[in-house]
Amino acid sequence: MTTDRPTTLLAELTHRCPLHCPYCSNPLDLVRAGQELDTDTWKRVLTEARRLGVLQLGLSGGEPLVRKDCEEIAEHARREGFYTTLVTSGLGFTRQRAERFKAAGLEHVQISLQDADDDNAERIAGVRSVKQKRAAAALVKELDFAFTVNVVLHRENLDRIEQIIELSADLGADRVELANTQYYGWGLVNREALMPSPEQVDRAFEVAERLRQKYRGRMQMVFVLPDYYEKYPKPCYGGWGKVYVVMSPDGKALPCHGATNITTLPMPNVKDHSLEWIWQESPLFQAFRGDGWMKEPCVSCERKCVDFGGCRCQAFALTGDAANADPICHLSPHHHLIADALGQAGREVPFTYRAIAPEPQTA
Amino acid sequence: MALTSTSRPSLWRFARVEFDPVRNRPVLLYPEGAVLLNETGAEILRLLDGRRDLADVAGALKARYGAEDSAGVEEILKDVTEFLDGLAARELIRDD
Repeated sequence: MTTDRPTTLLAELTHRCPLHCPYCSNPLDLVRAGQELDTDTWKRVLTEARRLGVLQLGLSGGEPLVRKDCEEIAEHARREGFYTTLVTSGLGFTRQRAERFKAAGLEHVQISLQDADDDNAERIAGVRSVKQKRAAAALVKELDFAFTVNVVLHRENLDRIEQIIELSADLGADRVELANTQYYGWGLVNREALMPSPEQVDRAFEVAERLRQKYRGRMQMVFVLPDYYEKYPKPCYGGWGKVYVVMSPDGKALPCHGATNITTLPMPNVKDHSLEWIWQESPLFQAFRGDGWMKEPCVSCERKCVDFGGCRCQAFALTGDAANADPICHLSPHHHLIADALGQAGREVPFTYRAIAPEPQTA
Repeated sequence: MALTSTSRPSLWRFARVEFDPVRNRPVLLYPEGAVLLNETGAEILRLLDGRRDLADVAGALKARYGAEDSAGVEEILKDVTEFLDGLAARELIRDD
């Protein structure tokens, strides 16, 4: 049991998406359309989430607009009292749908951009998309939603961070989220192609801080550093199972995006359990709460209440044991894995674009 | 940018105060975030309309809670300013 209440639910309504970004936060094993939860199940889960204490809801994907019931789900969310964000590529955000979302009480739209350079943006997305994104941004402004531009940063766009921030301001963003790539799933597959140099990171940070002052009061800026260049690991959403739940399109409820990669624990599903049971009782959510699970060097570390040993999913992905210290930490016995990865970065390797694996062949 | 007694700030137009029945307290909701409030904090935010200055807000709070709280208007103004400075640092309060 925990007395903590979740504040945020990220609902991945679908993994289907017209884009193929090589750093996608979805798992490698993408959920197929036929496995997605239906509208009524999503509504039931949102009602349960609100009763559990969730205040912030992200309707995400994949591309959530691929689902025709996205407005209906947004309307239900508003009735339940959430502050809801539509997390979209912008593709499919037509005038008709934008007006329906407005009528449904949606408050905030987040549109992803891949780069300020149009050709490179479309090369990263793996599809023609710039024109539709600009049109979607114009609709967000016209219909007066709160508007966030979100950009995943990496070696192939980091040197244009100034142009990216200026473009976000030109589009009328109220907020811009600049998040360096997290190396799980697709990002880990593409780590060599995406990892920036330390010089790129330092320069980008300076530019972002300068422009943060310039746009203060007009456009908020969130800049997430790449943890590979940090001395200490990041606290995963304020600690495992403390405030955050992410749900996959087929109903798995998880403490973190990367948790589907942890193969040693069963993944609880809202088709079998209430969200309350999952939060309070499921082995997955209980597994890394508190510090009883910790090993050295975490268990005797004075920072264990600051960063909670770092990211469990990263520890599992890189060391094979989710209870190890996140190897980002310079005290981790596996920290050499990070140094090795940085040593590999910068080689010219092609992207492995995100795609659904072919249907298994039946004999 | 520090707020003063003559500042006339307003809540960011994409933020709103709601009552959360689960936690039995008011909350400030805005894109990608939430702040748990107490009743006085929520009352301060309700009083911000871009016309009242902070001295007016402190006066209104004194009038409302004066009978049960002996704090003077000066002391209330200090607390109000400190509370709102914290929110202004997060760009949730706009003074322009």
